Amino acid sequence: MFKGRSTVKKFITYGVICLSLIVADYQFQQMQQIRAWMSLAVTPVQWLVDVPQRSWTWLDERLQARDELIAENKQLRAQALLAERRVQKLASLTVENFRLRDLLNSGERLDEKVMVSELIGTNSDPFVHQIIINNGFDSNVFVGQPVLDATGVMGQVTSTSAFTSRVLLITDADHAIPVQVNRNGLRSVAYGRGHYDYLELEDLADTADIEVGDILVSSGLGLRFPKGYPVAEVIEVQHLAGQDFAKILAKPTAQLSRSRHLLLIETAHQQTAAVNRGE
Amino acid sequence: MVLARTHNLWVPFVTLLLAFMLSALPLPESVQWGWPEWVLVVFLYWVIALPHRFGLGWAFILGLLLDLLQGNYLGINALAMVCVTFFAILMYRRLRMYRVWQQAFMVTLLVALHQTVSYWAQGIGSDASSGLWFLLPALTSGLLWLWLFVVLRGLRRAFKVA
Repeated sequence: MFKGRSTVKKFITYGVICLSLIVADYQFQQMQQIRAWMSLAVTPVQWLVDVPQRSWTWLDERLQARDELIAENKQLRAQALLAERRVQKLASLTVENFRLRDLLNSGERLDEKVMVSELIGTNSDPFVHQIIINNGFDSNVFVGQPVLDATGVMGQVTSTSAFTSRVLLITDADHAIPVQVNRNGLRSVAYGRGHYDYLELEDLADTADIEVGDILVSSGLGLRFPKGYPVAEVIEVQHLAGQDFAKILAKPTAQLSRSRHLLLIETAHQQTAAVNRGE
Repeated sequence: MVLARTHNLWVPFVTLLLAFMLSALPLPESVQWGWPEWVLVVFLYWVIALPHRFGLGWAFILGLLLDLLQGNYLGINALAMVCVTFFAILMYRRLRMYRVWQQAFMVTLLVALHQTVSYWAQGIGSDASSGLWFLLPALTSGLLWLWLFVVLRGLRRAFKVA
């Protein structure tokens, strides 16, 4: 076993296996299924890593002082009251919207099913903005599913295993999301640049009507993200002399590196797609 | 591979499991850049100490597990681990004779090799880049070796792992 030659042979064999695995994983869709099952092997590690955080939360909840809890309870009640008032208003607006859409013969309905999921890990590679959540295809999470937190769009599911899934964040260098300016409906695409603090719009003309403070919402084009959820707020508009396009930076509204509770959305498009497939 | 009770081979596997957990720890971004390659460093110790137990086969399996854990393309870490283990097997006798700080230097080089191979393999499918910062874990891994070597050697002697 220790003779140089057999080691070299083994090394070459394993090297070739690895290279073909990389190519296969890069090229073929079927690998996703295989990966999904193989990922079960590392699921216990992901759970174990989350144990300290979970037990700390548990302990913290039990050791909190009574008056602190009462104060928090009061505050939450107040928030709930405010939210309820808004919901009441929203209900009447929704009905009105339905009626108007009926008048316009538009088939669109803004009603998505939502599932709450919890973050259990992040990717330790600084080049990859990815998080791991505690629901997998066992609870009907699917690849391409949009993920939000309470304040905006977080990203989309890129791979699922039985009990966990990976979510690619909108700031990852490989991610782009179709958006529009909330103020005037101007459409663009927001690219991730591998930094948690900003996205970049690179295809807007120098003369486009966009200014600092504009809210970008998902435009629903591309049929992946549902329409109308906040994505980012414009923080910088640079007009570069001699360039046709302005350089625009926008700060994601979602708490990308802080949120622990996430919403998975089942969009209407995907529901119909699932029905068409006969699921 | 026979996991006979007398060889106490559970010790290396427990240390590797701990290394896996450390490498999956959620960390602030600034720390992530310099986080050592725990699994590789622990595995290197066991390759040098017990080359008849841990070789290219285990390097391949651990690399695959690491890929699954990090959500990389399957095979990237496996390839890097196999490359590094190959060199470690070629010179484990020499490494054993070295002083700890000389070993730490070699570990730095080996981890740098690992980082370069995986960075290069990852570059095929993605367009993130930021200079030579990806080599920082090699330095921290070398420093980690100074401490980890003593701990793992202590464990190996205490449990008579063979």
